[in-house]
Amino acid sequence: MTEDGMPDFKGSAWRGLVIGGSLTDGVDVRLDPDASVEDIKVGTLVAIEGERMRFLGQVTDVSLASADRTLGAAPPDVSDPFIARVVSGTTAYGTIKVAPRLVLSKEVGIAAEGPQPAKTVPAHFSRVAQASGGDVELVFGKEDKHHFWIGNPLDMETKLCLDIHKFVERSNGVFGKSGTGKTFLTRLLLAGILQSGAAVNLVFDMHSEYGWAGYAEGGKEVKGLKQLFGSKVAVFSLDEESSKRRGISPDYVVRIGYEEIEPQDIQVLRGALGLSDPAADATYSLQRKFGRKAWLRELLSLEPEALSGLADELNVVQGAMATLQRRLARLERFGFMDPASTHDSVAHILDYLGRGMHVVLEFGGYGRDTLAYVLVANLLTRRIYERYAEMKERALSERAAEPTPLVITIEEAHRFLQSGVAEQTIFATIARELRKYNVTLLVVDQRPSSIDTEVMSQLGTKLVCLLDDERDVDAVLTGTSGASKLKSVLASLDSKQQALLFGHAVPMPVEIRTRDYGTPDSYLSLGHLDPAERKARIERDIAGLFGPREG
Amino acid sequence: MAVKGKTAKAHRVGEVVSASTAAFQVHCHKLYEAPPLGSLIRCGTDGSLVYGVVANILTESLDPSRKPIARGADEDSEEAVYRSNPQLTRLLATRFDAVAVGFQDSGGLHRYLAPLPPRVHSFAYRCDEGEAREFTESLEPIAVLLGAPIASQDEVVAAFLRLASRAHPDPQAFLVRAGKELAVQLIGQSQRLNAILRRLSR
Ligand SMILES: Nc1ncnc2c1ncn2[C@@H]1O[C@H](COP(=O)(O)OP(=O)(O)OP(=O)(O)O)[C@@H](O)[C@H]1O
Ligand SMILES: [Mg+2]
Repeated sequence: MTEDGMPDFKGSAWRGLVIGGSLTDGVDVRLDPDASVEDIKVGTLVAIEGERMRFLGQVTDVSLASADRTLGAAPPDVSDPFIARVVSGTTAYGTIKVAPRLVLSKEVGIAAEGPQPAKTVPAHFSRVAQASGGDVELVFGKEDKHHFWIGNPLDMETKLCLDIHKFVERSNGVFGKSGTGKTFLTRLLLAGILQSGAAVNLVFDMHSEYGWAGYAEGGKEVKGLKQLFGSKVAVFSLDEESSKRRGISPDYVVRIGYEEIEPQDIQVLRGALGLSDPAADATYSLQRKFGRKAWLRELLSLEPEALSGLADELNVVQGAMATLQRRLARLERFGFMDPASTHDSVAHILDYLGRGMHVVLEFGGYGRDTLAYVLVANLLTRRIYERYAEMKERALSERAAEPTPLVITIEEAHRFLQSGVAEQTIFATIARELRKYNVTLLVVDQRPSSIDTEVMSQLGTKLVCLLDDERDVDAVLTGTSGASKLKSVLASLDSKQQALLFGHAVPMPVEIRTRDYGTPDSYLSLGHLDPAERKARIERDIAGLFGPREG
Repeated sequence: MAVKGKTAKAHRVGEVVSASTAAFQVHCHKLYEAPPLGSLIRCGTDGSLVYGVVANILTESLDPSRKPIARGADEDSEEAVYRSNPQLTRLLATRFDAVAVGFQDSGGLHRYLAPLPPRVHSFAYRCDEGEAREFTESLEPIAVLLGAPIASQDEVVAAFLRLASRAHPDPQAFLVRAGKELAVQLIGQSQRLNAILRRLSR
């Protein structure tokens, strides 16, 4: 740090000078002769020392320039190491493009105001270097209860922290193609939310990888939330068999009574069940006839003749009614469906959440069945959301305590949030209403282009791993300022364990290497000590105090 | 730069016989004992020192009307020619041209042309390593040499830098630094740059 409290440039591996540019296109920086372009990656955080302000920005492009147009005709003999050293950085030099994002005033006192969005560019010949650890902490915050260490800025040791309270204020998204680290990143986010106490989590764990254990590449098991945070986490299961096979005894086995299914729950499944509009709409007529609780059971029990009679009575095309019956019969196959009684799993979930616990609902074998996943997640969420809305409204009118903010995590979110389906599901409503009723979403998806654009635009913070498809890239960037510059950063991400963070909870877009998860050290940094390790530590401590044991 | 005590006779190479602000000629006190091409020399005394770089060395007859003739037809070696003709050392003279590259006055050391040329008959001295190192801490002399009114500027620059590098603790680092300065000075003249760099490379 320099005397005025501003971080200096000493730690930077390279330096450069501002030689031109604009706010919209980014600032052009010529690298100093001893800097090599190979040391600088797109996405790197950069500090620029302007006359009165210090700018923070992000490298959006790296290029080679030549000061000499005659160079092509008489190229230097770079096979000679001496000549190569001379010409690199002089005749041929590197330039980078930097998008200025924030300014920190250099005047003491004003710095306390914190970083402001950059509305101008640094003057010609301002010095440029990699941002310092101090810059990162100043802008993103230091690790504490509310600031969760989520990763490290590219090429930096400094921890980059996410303001969890700000994060859960809005619905958020984790995107990236398959195998890029979405689930690992999401698991960290859930741990961060849990540790901050900013909200409680409900996770629809499609692939059963958040609760007790998940898997890393090569089949190595990594701990789930329950193993790390024990009593704060409850694992619910939809598939008791599968849970048992994995040696887990779930805290609660979720079952859903036929009586609990409403026409609205069927609307969402229109695509999955291949129902025509008349067939899907017939459910409302059935409900009117048989009542809210009995309609499904009645429909499924009808013989063909009675069915056609019913169709006529309800003014539904016969074929549509038959299709509806045939398709809904698929629900009978699900072991978690109970024809006989009501279970009110929703009350159980709310009970745990109300006690500040985090609930992971494992789908077990049903995770492979989109129909089951969409049905259950939507059904439960709709009921939970209704209850939250009631609680919130009661809190407002009676000055009662507000419900603890709830974050609902859904994998393969596009199944709920596709345009066409989105209007039918509760999830689109939650995303749109921001956090009116203290409920927000954490959507995890590998095909963001299939998610309804309006929903995408409502997401507060996006954490994006590598995406291949141009349409997916465009989808995550729509509505983001400076999208074209972020595009180059996105394209430069590694195929694993790297992400670009931008939006509501981060003061400026930033590329990170996601914090390691799955090693004993990583568990320890999350506050978890293996029993065996704990024992070993105690023994070490004893040995430290009293000397090694005799014998 | 402390030059007191360095005006010793041992460092003396000759005296100035003609001078302009940009260049001067030194007549060597001893035949054939000119400092090598590219050497840093200094002339004048404390208070008005002018620095030069040896740019051209010539040995010729003292009397322009009398050309040397071949004398060794019957001799066995070159030394024998001189031994048999002792008058030769007095009929011949070694001179060198130096490019003015800087000066020192009460304000310190400057690496650009002096306001006045050195006086005729002022003594010229070879600079020692310490002086050469101090003078080449900054690489401004390169620009002066590249624009000097002499025939083979590039050879002189290369020779000057090679010699100066030996006065620096890390000669290679010095040459790289100097090379980068050349690259900046010679933008648009990559052929010329390449030629000089090749001369510096080994
Ligand atoms: N933060 C991390 N720490 C350690 N390993 C990681 C991390 N992020 C990713 N990996 C590695 O990358 C692999 C893929 O990550 P992950 O399972 O999270 O991908 P994904 O994007 O969820 O893929 P899919 O779309 O197939 O579910 C992991 O199995 C793990 O080996
Ligand atoms: Mg995954």
